Amino acid sequence: MKNTGKLAPHRAGSAVLLAAFLAAAALLPLTAHAQTAVVEKDAATLEFERFRAEMEEFGPSGLWEDKGEQLWKTARGPKNASLEKCDLGLGPGVVKGAYVQMPRYFADADKVMDAERRVVWCMVNLQGFKEEDLTKSPFAKEGQDTPEQTSLITYIAAQSRDMKIAVPQKHPKEIAAYKIGKEITGYRAGPYDFSCLSCHGEEGKRIRMQNLPNIASSTGALQAFQGWPGYRMTGGVMLTQQWRMADCFRQQRFPQPKYASDAITALLTYLTVNANGQVYKGPGIKR
Amino acid sequence: MNRHPAYLLLGVAAASFFSSVAFAAEPDWRAEAIAMLKRDFQSMGQASYERIHEDDLQTLCNKFSNTPPEKVAVQMMAKQQKTVKYPADGQLMGDWKSGEKIAQSGRGFTWTDEPGIPVGGNCYNCHQISPKEISYGTLGPSLFNFGKLRGGPSVEMQKYAYTKIYNAKSYNACSNMPRFGHVGALNEQQIKDLVALLLDPESPVNK
Repeated sequence: MKNTGKLAPHRAGSAVLLAAFLAAAALLPLTAHAQTAVVEKDAATLEFERFRAEMEEFGPSGLWEDKGEQLWKTARGPKNASLEKCDLGLGPGVVKGAYVQMPRYFADADKVMDAERRVVWCMVNLQGFKEEDLTKSPFAKEGQDTPEQTSLITYIAAQSRDMKIAVPQKHPKEIAAYKIGKEITGYRAGPYDFSCLSCHGEEGKRIRMQNLPNIASSTGALQAFQGWPGYRMTGGVMLTQQWRMADCFRQQRFPQPKYASDAITALLTYLTVNANGQVYKGPGIKR
Repeated sequence: MNRHPAYLLLGVAAASFFSSVAFAAEPDWRAEAIAMLKRDFQSMGQASYERIHEDDLQTLCNKFSNTPPEKVAVQMMAKQQKTVKYPADGQLMGDWKSGEKIAQSGRGFTWTDEPGIPVGGNCYNCHQISPKEISYGTLGPSLFNFGKLRGGPSVEMQKYAYTKIYNAKSYNACSNMPRFGHVGALNEQQIKDLVALLLDPESPVNK
């Protein structure tokens, strides 16, 4: 919790609750590992659901939203510029509603970009940060500072809370990203012959007790989109969709996808377009 | 059908002309996706870059969306069956207790796994097996009472189970199940122990 920044007054009480929650969350994995009996495992699951419900009341992601807002508005980097001229697709500086309308085509980059990729592009092109510095260790790790782009994404995503997902499919490159993303979901390779669809291609399936959304369906795609960026209880870190996609490939036994690459944007285009028309609830909590 | 054959032919010619035009206009998305994957992935830990390439079987499954024409499927299965190496001692069944441990473990082969550690069978990730474990996945069929429902551990059944675990594509060309023996994830003894978990009358699976 290093990146708390300035806490809004209404969040001060939440911070106390959060601390209590974190202590409990730290105990949870221990409980699950130490006790293998069926009943206790179930109890752990129920306990988690109870915590999640409580947590969602105020949302720990608020801490990163605040930090992200500061980062967005502060002049920084070698060019000493703020991100208020960054165009997230709705015009320079317009943040409201931008998250639920990405990935989209950006003429200045001549590329389709998802929200995180766009933020990195703006940090490089407007603020003068070095791309290799931003992509070296792009995801939060336990006990380390949260990468700046993660806080920025959390802020941007929060500005689309309760808004309808409306990812455009007009530009030929947007359509291509969707089609290629769809192909990627079915691409089996690696030692276990897995593709995304090996686990996420049917309704009502599970790995162990974990429910698996079918990303080809509109409700399943929404489930996969919802809650990201999310505060992940495993490790107690804030993570993004870019991280989520990479971790799926890890479990698929694939090599590692490059951060903010075409392939991840294509996959996110496919996923998010499939969720179009449904309401995004904002940054959330993940197990 | 009163149509004159000439009209019919003309119709077929026109249809094939237009469909070929439409076909040419539609980019080969699979080829584009593969090119993109090759650009955008990198080695990490033991998950080397080479894993992004399909092998022969994966190519066919991917091209046919996992439902190859029967003729092709038969050839694929025959080829996969040939990869199966059976134990030299002819013993196909090991110890169900150690099989249960292997079935529980889901570790191995990811870029965060330590290379060289024994790889797990991942079995409970997708299958119900022993009734004592209620945290099981549903991607694969239930294996509860596997041996009991098949009349016990006959040699044929042992061979079937061993082959299925060694190379699941021997029986179903584009099965979701990995080829555990073929890719060197599980060794001979581990597969024997899993066969015992499924077929040994003493295994909780068959109680």
